[in-house]
Amino acid sequence: MHMIDPILATYNLKKSFGALTATDDVSIALFPGEIHAIIGPNGAGKSTLISQICGGIQPDSGRVELLGHNITQTNVSMRARAGIGRTFQVSALAMEDTVLQNVLLGALGGSGTPWHFFRPALKDWRLRDKAMTALIHVGLQAHAATRASELSHGQRRQLEVAVTLTLEPKVFVMDEPMAGLGAEGSKNLTELLDNLREKAPILLVEHDMDAVFKLADRISVLVYGHIIATGTVDEIRSSKVVREAYLGDGV
Amino acid sequence: MTLLKLQNVAASYGASKALFDVNLSLSEGEVLALLGRNGMGKSTTVKTICRMMSATGTLTFDNQDLHRLACHKVARLGIGLVPEGRRCFANLTVTENLIAAARPGPWDLARVITLFSQLGARKAQRANTLSGGEQQMLAIGRALMTNPRLLILDEATEGLAPIIRQEIWAVISKLKADTGMAIIVIDKSLAELKQVCDRAAIIERGKTVWQGAMVDLTPNISERLIGV
Repeated sequence: MHMIDPILATYNLKKSFGALTATDDVSIALFPGEIHAIIGPNGAGKSTLISQICGGIQPDSGRVELLGHNITQTNVSMRARAGIGRTFQVSALAMEDTVLQNVLLGALGGSGTPWHFFRPALKDWRLRDKAMTALIHVGLQAHAATRASELSHGQRRQLEVAVTLTLEPKVFVMDEPMAGLGAEGSKNLTELLDNLREKAPILLVEHDMDAVFKLADRISVLVYGHIIATGTVDEIRSSKVVREAYLGDGV
Repeated sequence: MTLLKLQNVAASYGASKALFDVNLSLSEGEVLALLGRNGMGKSTTVKTICRMMSATGTLTFDNQDLHRLACHKVARLGIGLVPEGRRCFANLTVTENLIAAARPGPWDLARVITLFSQLGARKAQRANTLSGGEQQMLAIGRALMTNPRLLILDEATEGLAPIIRQEIWAVISKLKADTGMAIIVIDKSLAELKQVCDRAAIIERGKTVWQGAMVDLTPNISERLIGV
């Protein structure tokens, strides 16, 4: 039982699309310093849950709270400014821009600074410092002038994290960050996320069980829109119902 | 007998050279793991084999020069591809996806449905309404419907739940045991590859830098060349 309040929590979230119930009474909590993984079969409702947390989809009922404030009625950009830092299953970067420009865009959006015609963001040293600090944190400082399109898939994942860092998030919400990475890329990103939890707790949707078992403090298992189990790595690994629904016998 | 042979294969995307010197050979019934870090040329090698992009060097399948063939003729010759990202025909049903690829041979609709029983219950559903795992099964089934002598699986377990990945690996093992089909597998799960593959080839910066029996792929070599 946690004696401290969660940073992010959902309470009884429900969302249906016609006859399909995508999330059914989903309550999860993310505590300070924690990595909470959400796992589940393809089509279980994980992405729909993330969209409801980040504001892309409105739930039919239930609520989302960030730092104790009800944010259910706010939109995506308001939630990003409030402190939800999201990374996407498919990289959402400005591919023709440089690494630094991508991160500056994030810093600019997060600063709430209006666009200035006569003061290019690239010359705003406050924004540049913020952007470079984020790049150093993810290890991409040497690639600041490289176009995003020339980065490897793993480096693009690192860049997404850097863009999110400039928003000074209170929580990270990550949708399959390991997708498309090779074995080495997964290993490197796992190390990065492990260090990132000092900055903010992470809600991690992921199929890469090596990464999940290495990183997660707690795991929730979503099947057909229901949370069927929440527990530690050992509890989830040994759960018969989770093995039958998701893990199988080989994990 | 050597079924597939690549010798000094090079290929470019416009001005960017992606393959410099790829050398591979594969015999009937052999299962080969094609390994390498992201962006090193694995999928480009597959594209050159399937003639989805032009290349230079020797490229033969069953002693026939692949350079002369359009990609649909390569499929007819007996090379079946399960592409990265599945790429099922979204608006066609399961049955239509499978029939669209059908070529004469032992693999027909009934045999594919027997192999993937979940697809049997989804025959009339459009591909874009299937789960990720079911779409992957459909993509493999569609390639089998071409009755290939060589099946190429490009990241066939990517983004799938562990229980579904185990099913896909079991199917690959079954195909190896039951059919004598040659198979090339690209995947990041080295442990599973070691269980099913006879040989491995590693591509680094567009060149084949190591080839050998899977049992000879020591942790030293894999750590140095693929990072795990």
